[in-house]
Amino acid sequence: MRGAKSATWIAGAIAIALSATACGGSSGSSGAEAGFVRANWGDPQNPLEPANTNEVLGGKVLDQIFMNLKEYDPKTGEAKNAAAESIETSDAQNFTIKLKKGLKFSNGEPLTAKSFVDAWNYAALATNKQKNAYFFSDIEGYDKTSPEEGKPTAQTLSGLKVVDDTTFTVKLSKKFGTWPVRLGYKAFSPLPKMFFDKHEEYLKKPVGNGPYAVDSYERGKLMKLVPNKYYTGDHKPQNKGVLLQVFTDSNAAYAALQAGNLDVNDDIPAEQIKNAKNDLKGNYHTQPAGLYQAVTFPFYKPEWNKPGMEKVRKGISMAIDRKSITEKIYNGTRTPMVDLTSPVLGEANGYDKNLCGDVCTYNPTEAKKLIEEGGGIPGGKLTISYNADKDSHKQWADAACNSINKVLGDDKACVGNPVGTFGDFRNQITKGEMNGPFRAGWQMDYPHIENFLTPLYKTGSSSNDGKWSNKEFDKLMDEAAAETDIKKATDIYKQAEKIVIQDAVNIPLFYQNGTVGWSDKVSDVTLNPFSVPVFSDIKVKG
Amino acid sequence: MGRYVIRRLLQMVPVFIGTTFLIFVMVYAIGDPVAAMFGDRTPDPATAAAIRESLHLNDPLWSQYLQYMAGIFQGDFGTSFNGTPVVELMGNAFPNTIKLTLVAFAIELVVGLTLGVIAGLRRGRIVDTGVLVFTLLVISVPTFVTGYVLQYFIGVKLGWAAPAVSIDVTFDQLLLPGIVLAGVSLAYVSRLTRTSIAENLRSDYIRTATAKGLPRRRVVTVHLMRNSLIPVVTFLGTDIGGLMAGAVVTERIFNIQGVGYQLYQGILRQNSPTVVGFVTILVVVFLAANLLVDLLYAVLDPRIRYA
Repeated sequence: MRGAKSATWIAGAIAIALSATACGGSSGSSGAEAGFVRANWGDPQNPLEPANTNEVLGGKVLDQIFMNLKEYDPKTGEAKNAAAESIETSDAQNFTIKLKKGLKFSNGEPLTAKSFVDAWNYAALATNKQKNAYFFSDIEGYDKTSPEEGKPTAQTLSGLKVVDDTTFTVKLSKKFGTWPVRLGYKAFSPLPKMFFDKHEEYLKKPVGNGPYAVDSYERGKLMKLVPNKYYTGDHKPQNKGVLLQVFTDSNAAYAALQAGNLDVNDDIPAEQIKNAKNDLKGNYHTQPAGLYQAVTFPFYKPEWNKPGMEKVRKGISMAIDRKSITEKIYNGTRTPMVDLTSPVLGEANGYDKNLCGDVCTYNPTEAKKLIEEGGGIPGGKLTISYNADKDSHKQWADAACNSINKVLGDDKACVGNPVGTFGDFRNQITKGEMNGPFRAGWQMDYPHIENFLTPLYKTGSSSNDGKWSNKEFDKLMDEAAAETDIKKATDIYKQAEKIVIQDAVNIPLFYQNGTVGWSDKVSDVTLNPFSVPVFSDIKVKG
Repeated sequence: MGRYVIRRLLQMVPVFIGTTFLIFVMVYAIGDPVAAMFGDRTPDPATAAAIRESLHLNDPLWSQYLQYMAGIFQGDFGTSFNGTPVVELMGNAFPNTIKLTLVAFAIELVVGLTLGVIAGLRRGRIVDTGVLVFTLLVISVPTFVTGYVLQYFIGVKLGWAAPAVSIDVTFDQLLLPGIVLAGVSLAYVSRLTRTSIAENLRSDYIRTATAKGLPRRRVVTVHLMRNSLIPVVTFLGTDIGGLMAGAVVTERIFNIQGVGYQLYQGILRQNSPTVVGFVTILVVVFLAANLLVDLLYAVLDPRIRYA
């Protein structure tokens, strides 16, 4: 009976393995804690360092645990002083920043001017590999800490000086009047001493100065945020804390929300949008985000840059029926674009619903006429390239092509061109290998028109993917930068934006919307301009 | 048998090197992972250069592979791009997947074998037809469809089970995903068992055993089952690896942070260390499962000898 004996052994081994793994399981942190908001989260892409976080998942935490010099009003998007008492300049180049008194980090450490200066120096030094380093490129000395080639020749930015405990000065390498507006961006967060002394420990449990403090963090699973007792700002949490739970999939999170195992979900799957209002009994809200999808052209290819092509580009823009694409394909979770910024900016920061006008309006006859006048599509055929691995760009690219083909009465005039991975797509763009129009999405860093123009269209800018160049535009941008009055500067930026629209450098398609659904257990759920729920305002019932 | 095991283990070495090298080349050939790290913007040249250098991306591929393998043998699987050591990710992911696999395997074993034996013994009757129709249905419906349908009706509508597994991953929560994951394999197991049983039922040794006057129970469990299980065990053995790797879909649907989820994330974010590390471990699991299957043959059929 050799066989029977072995069989018992195997059965026994399976039983032991089963019971052994069962024991390890129940650490007991998933249970609903009274007064806590249970929210949907995903695993951040980068280590949780402020200057190294350039995506929403890490940003969601940093928004809660940091108070920057400025903060953006959740409703209007306006940049207001937060940790800063005042930020002053007389020449749009030298800034004096005064901090509020008595600020502290959530571990009790006092927050001084040095906390900011050290953090910014750390971010700007190339060897620290911070993905948001380029945010500090306007400060004098960045070319030494992050030279384009070779090793850094300086460890700190020469433009930063600590005056006293609550004051520091910043010298920019050239005039940039709206520079303080960007100081609400998370890359500019202050860092406690502990960040530099015990870096590993910091990454396991980040310390900030915001409304919430990290109580515990199980990487890839759960982060528990509790109110920061040292926080003195305007957004005192209305709840006992937030449990950020990592979900593997937006559908899984949606199922958990429906079953009452989750309170706030800001990632409603696109295919559920139609049912969300019904499923969630009205506990659903959607609003445009500071994120859009557009198409740009390779201006480094002569056939797309020769005289007359602006008419063709404009014609292509007018041949796309944005309204029916957003309604039919996206169920209204995207909004047709009417300018090159985003509605979250509000008019004060440069959003203008009349700016794009007829260039963004579907007009088949005019579109066809313009394309023909301009000499037609180069080679009679165009492709729209996009990365096919995420965010379902295929749907709109095919729909846009379909719309263009209908206008031209040619089935093969435009086809979508999927590129396998995002990395490969970005590589082709940075190497200048695109032959036709390609996807050009933009997600804002801070709500001001400047962030929607400088990086994308200024000659030689980092994200000027089409390598477009225009002297008049550059001149206006410099003029706006030299202006110390933000209102006046915004108006000049708008003039520059008009040049981009008229030259049809970028075909604006649609603003992407943020969505949020919530359970009956919570109330007062809103989204900020970055489409992140305003957690401090959420109230928990019972 | 000892020599056989040693020979098999030695054979595993080139297979291991070959597969890992292929995976390594494929993952690193996809393109520059650094460009993808910066989202829709062009990387700052200094930062990108520093990241490339720290990831050894400027070295030739063979050198990168050697460095990687040297690390693996010291238990260092590299660091995922979010700063978490891959070993730590594995420590979190593998227990969850192993739990899920065990649940699925147990369901597959018990339900699959039972259905197969019953159908095989009653070949051509209504029970047999029923099992055939059921397995056909299970095989033809894709896993993600069964997954979402069961999640919606049993989890959300009826509330009998949690639709999304909590971070603690307890066995009762794994029952539903386990059924989904087991589904297709279960159908194969019962079909294999059925055919095998039905065939052996007509063989000489069964006739002899019955003629000897052995009770039917003994004929079926000892004589019939033992011989009929050989093809089934082959399938079950290789299926352990298959289940672990195939959990990608099920784990995403039911919110289980296991191997499938980590692999999916790794691929989506072009996180090469994660992908290569996890696949390497899966290769080892496959190889080990295959060895185990071959060794089990002798237990089931003493006529099979190792030389």
